[in-house]
Amino acid sequence: MGKAWKFGDSISTDLIAPGRYFHLRSNLPELAKHVLEGARADFAAQVRNGDFVVAGENFGLGSSREHAPTIIKMAGTKAVLAKSFARIFYRNCINIGLPAITCNTDEIDEGDELELDMEKGVVKNKSKGTELEFPPLPPVMNRILQEGGLVAYIKTHKSLEI
Amino acid sequence: MTGKTLSEKIIGEHCGREVKAGEVVIVNVDLSYVQDGTGPLTVRRLREMGLEKAYNPAKTIFFLDHASPSPRMELSNDHELLRDFARKTGIILSDVGNGISHHNSLEKYARPGDIIVGADSHTCTNGALGAFGTGMGSTDVAAAISLGKTWMKVPETFLVEVNGKLPKGVYSKDIILHLIGTISNNGATYKALEFTGDTIDDMSTAARSTIANMSVEAGAKAGLFPPDEETRKFLKTMGREEAFRELKSDEDAEFEKRIEINADELEPLIACPHLVDNVKKISEIGKVKVDEVLIGTSCNGRLEDLHIAASILKGHTINPNVRVIVTPASRLVYMEALRDGTTETLMEAGALVTASGCGACDGVHLGVLGDGEVCLATQPRNFKGRMGNPTSFIYLGNPAVAAATALTGEISDPREVM
Repeated sequence: MGKAWKFGDSISTDLIAPGRYFHLRSNLPELAKHVLEGARADFAAQVRNGDFVVAGENFGLGSSREHAPTIIKMAGTKAVLAKSFARIFYRNCINIGLPAITCNTDEIDEGDELELDMEKGVVKNKSKGTELEFPPLPPVMNRILQEGGLVAYIKTHKSLEI
Repeated sequence: MTGKTLSEKIIGEHCGREVKAGEVVIVNVDLSYVQDGTGPLTVRRLREMGLEKAYNPAKTIFFLDHASPSPRMELSNDHELLRDFARKTGIILSDVGNGISHHNSLEKYARPGDIIVGADSHTCTNGALGAFGTGMGSTDVAAAISLGKTWMKVPETFLVEVNGKLPKGVYSKDIILHLIGTISNNGATYKALEFTGDTIDDMSTAARSTIANMSVEAGAKAGLFPPDEETRKFLKTMGREEAFRELKSDEDAEFEKRIEINADELEPLIACPHLVDNVKKISEIGKVKVDEVLIGTSCNGRLEDLHIAASILKGHTINPNVRVIVTPASRLVYMEALRDGTTETLMEAGALVTASGCGACDGVHLGVLGDGEVCLATQPRNFKGRMGNPTSFIYLGNPAVAAATALTGEISDPREVM
């Protein structure tokens, strides 16, 4: 179980992993200290292991920088929940083993205690006593996520066959 | 069986069978590339995968274009990592000064009908030649580099038909800003955009590359121009006419949506802070004083863009309260601008010309904004913090708007000075 950190619509990768820290991309622990700094200055210092990033439409738009979901994951985030995701960001999340869940995040408030059940396809909102269903991932992405990401997948299968 | 879209045809050719929008397929990749912001992670992923090789090194490129030349030791070390890996594997290295990946790709590598994956979101710029270029992350591109394949969903297509004559002071930049302002920054997520119509027929490859480049700002996976006589001409100029082939959607192809744009009715448009879809007519934004003008980068950094700016700045002096930075898209563009006097015209007016690369747009160097500063740029993005300072403000417009703004010190309608 973890708590919800709420964000708005159109959170760009420039807010998640700002260009002014470009030189830290090969030093991910340092870069992670600035995760989402452009959107919420309090997030990086206060996020706890197992918490959730909860946002509106088009989360992760902009650059292809995989460092963005990587440092969200490194900060301890269990999953990113949003009404919709930008395409490249979404693919990057799955490739690095960070669940990206599309659901109606209007039903979640800041600080709500959440639990993610990937098998049943629900987000349980313990604070409100409600359950939010989400559609299953496309089969190929589900397999990559289940196996821990694309690096692990390729190490196991030595190919991309799906 | 109904006809096929351009995307369905290209993707079908790369997986050896007919495909329809919505299918998930494995495709052969013709060209893979990374840049210095994403490449070091790609190299680390290749090592983690135990696949420290390229499937086809001659069609794999490491571009050092984002921090070019390096302004910091950390980035110099990243560059060394990429140079060293390229030496060991035979991967092509495009070192600092050669310019932006996508524009080098248009000039030297991309072919109509190719599938190109790049660890840079603006890889869709390759659509200007009718190549299915799409941006992915470092790990996806690592897989493509080592296996020569990637997986993708065949996208549905929005057909964008642009007809009419662009009025004075209005350019392809305004077409794509109009489209993004209309459908929003996720209006085309997962879709391919395909551009046709008589305005497109009359458009140069340079102008097309501006539209293809910014297709991702509407969320699109690709922004495609069916290769035509203009494409042949461009490839011939680049010394590789043999790469040309004609390719277009069938008459009876299924498009998810058709969007019509009347070029005659367009005006110069501005994307206001802090989102690309916050688009307004230049007449609607009021008085906006600027501190910096940026002409070029991956969007509007080709020779004809510099010509547009130079034609307005020629014989004039830029406003003393503004610094004007010009970043050509590639070494080739920079050298052409030197030879034909464009660089001299721009510098005489007071502009500075940087090495070709991603320059100030990525917030690393060559024009980082100060606290509260305002910039008018031709670059593709205006997100908060984009140019290295989260308290600054970025407006996007066409190269003529940029030049007019350089003269007055506030965002200005180029039609008043042309």
